[in-house]
Amino acid sequence: MPVAEKKKLDLNRREMPKQLPEIRRHNFNEVALGYSARAAVEEASRCIQCPKPKCVSNCPVEINIPGFIKAIAENDFARGIKIIKEKNCLPAICGRVCPQEEQCEETCLLQRKGGQIAIGRLERFLADWEAQQGEVELPQMEESSGKKVAVVGGGPAGLTVAGDLIQLGHQVTVFEALHKMGGVLIYGIPEFRLPKAIVSREVNYLKKLGVDIMTDYVVGKTRTVDSLMEEYDAVFVGSGAGLPWFMDIPGENLNGVYSANEYLTRLNLMKGFLFPEYHTPVKTHKRVAVIGGGNVAMDCARSAMRLGAESRIVYRRSRSELPARLEEIENAEEEGVIFEYLTLPLQYIGDENGWVKEMVCQRMQLGDPDASGRRRPVPIEGSETVFPVDAVVCAIGNSPNPLISATTPGLEVGKKGNIVADEETGKTSRERIWAAGDVVTGAATVILAMGAGRKAARSIHEYLTS
Amino acid sequence: MFKVIASRMIVPNVHLLTVEAPEVAREAKPGQFVILRAEEEGERIPLSISDWDREMGTVTTVFLNIGNTTHRLAALEAGQNIPTVVGPLGNATDVEKYGTVLCIGGCYGIGSIFPIARALKEMGNRIITIIEGRSSYLFYWEDRFKAISDKMFHITRDGTKGYRGHVSRLPEIIKDIGEPIDRILINGCTFLLKKGSDASRSLGITTWVSLNPIMIDGTGMCGVCRVSVGGTTRFACVHGPDFDGHEVDWEELLQRRKTYMREEVIPLRTSKCEEHSRKLTG
Repeated sequence: MPVAEKKKLDLNRREMPKQLPEIRRHNFNEVALGYSARAAVEEASRCIQCPKPKCVSNCPVEINIPGFIKAIAENDFARGIKIIKEKNCLPAICGRVCPQEEQCEETCLLQRKGGQIAIGRLERFLADWEAQQGEVELPQMEESSGKKVAVVGGGPAGLTVAGDLIQLGHQVTVFEALHKMGGVLIYGIPEFRLPKAIVSREVNYLKKLGVDIMTDYVVGKTRTVDSLMEEYDAVFVGSGAGLPWFMDIPGENLNGVYSANEYLTRLNLMKGFLFPEYHTPVKTHKRVAVIGGGNVAMDCARSAMRLGAESRIVYRRSRSELPARLEEIENAEEEGVIFEYLTLPLQYIGDENGWVKEMVCQRMQLGDPDASGRRRPVPIEGSETVFPVDAVVCAIGNSPNPLISATTPGLEVGKKGNIVADEETGKTSRERIWAAGDVVTGAATVILAMGAGRKAARSIHEYLTS
Repeated sequence: MFKVIASRMIVPNVHLLTVEAPEVAREAKPGQFVILRAEEEGERIPLSISDWDREMGTVTTVFLNIGNTTHRLAALEAGQNIPTVVGPLGNATDVEKYGTVLCIGGCYGIGSIFPIARALKEMGNRIITIIEGRSSYLFYWEDRFKAISDKMFHITRDGTKGYRGHVSRLPEIIKDIGEPIDRILINGCTFLLKKGSDASRSLGITTWVSLNPIMIDGTGMCGVCRVSVGGTTRFACVHGPDFDGHEVDWEELLQRRKTYMREEVIPLRTSKCEEHSRKLTG
């Protein structure tokens, strides 16, 4: 009998199963299906456990990444999730929507040895594993401090601050303007990328920890920040970047031209894709053009495709400048989204009933790099092209919502309408008011908002206990 | 959840809904609106606030039963709950001392202009009220208006009360009023706002209107309520809802309001009455 060879470790990164493109382009179910336990253990076993892991310092919330990966490799999933939760209270969400390729996974030494460790997929695996175990274990809670904190906005920053401060023994109330908690996680990111049941699960976890939640409550309108300060010892503002930009070109107010926020809110928050069981109407269009190249643009284009339209991304630079995550670009390409690169809309033309019917665009070429370091798109004279469209979604960004800054005297506001706050502490120009997330930085990512929220929570705790 | 305190039809097809929403009532000012959902699966619609009671903690709206959500709101009974009443949203109407103010209300706008007229009266303005409708049987709150108006006029399409016709007769009515008007305010359907603004343009009287475009969140997030005012795009929810009627691009607004005309009635077709009849007929 031949002697069994020592099993050689397969160094290749484990693929995560996905719905096939030709199937998923017709449904709103989650695209990525997650690792099996076996695949997770195999993937985790690849980790070489660097003594000075760069992945940790590249994580905005500094999760002990080698620690939880080791736990998976040893089949101790309960320990793994505990390690993540020391630093991140929303792992099921971050495992799905964090741009790991520019953070933890970017510096992984295995990049040239079969691919970097799939840290995000492993994080997601642990969070989903925990949810399947039924009752989630509650963390150790500090004794009550008797202090009260108001958190304005139920998005990623607010959820983090609430989760951190309640565990430190403070009483926390979250005020959310919409009828559901989650902010962009609920109204913006589509079901096929982040199932809403996962967001609800995380929100329910906070409720179990004792966080009070007030939905349908617009701070700045229902009650001002100053009025909250009479009742609360500290106020945290995480109201997000919720004011959509338009290009200010002719025809933008025609019927059939949407902001990305409107398009996604109808579908996600209001569940318009289930119309008429859910009552918020969504039009079924034939040819949709989405303007922009970020993750939000990909979300819109892929949603339009799922509603049965021919879906087109219109972007003024080329593929290599797309700000969206590569994974989302590839998903969109596989699903059949058409990419019109180096193309800039000049105006929209309407039919006799005021509905958009055509889009006039100009072709561009790339010139010298601009302030962002990306090559600047330069118009090619005489290159005007007309596309027939019956809907346009403008996904070119958002600025911070002004409701809070406009109603809170003395709160310093930057040029772009952002609340000015210290990067390390989240402290604003007003005593007892902290701010973090998109309302401070302008539109960014979920994990950056959470990282900034964590720092603010730390600073609030210091203030409350000093 | 928000408890329904009163719900009734006050004139044919016009409904009054009073809900318990103490925090909204505490901050409500004339000219603001709330966003409501009738059920968990429901859409969000904006309705102007027609009255409030800070002590009782209630907010009242008046609306036309015209589409899916208003149909469901109209069917509510006192004691039931609805999932969303959020506000007060939008900016309050500027209540200052203008002199003589002409307040024009039609349809649901009769209700929503009432607290504005009342506040202007308290501010020391002379108040002239015009209420407008297809026929005299559609008028309501006349006693409330009489109590705060220095003069009151009516316009009916069928001539059953006051002037026959439409608000486009405004120049002639103002001549009959016989005194200088410093400001005109109009609340009601978009058609009334447009016709009223068109009619007052030649008179050179500042005219402010309360716009009612489609909205979702009502906090500036979705941008569906955008209107062109003086050539600039504005969001009615956060920049309005009041705008200078002579600056509004009315054609665009009327068009945008029609976006979901077809879809508006579809959820009604699948509503409970059909289920109910299926059950009855087995």
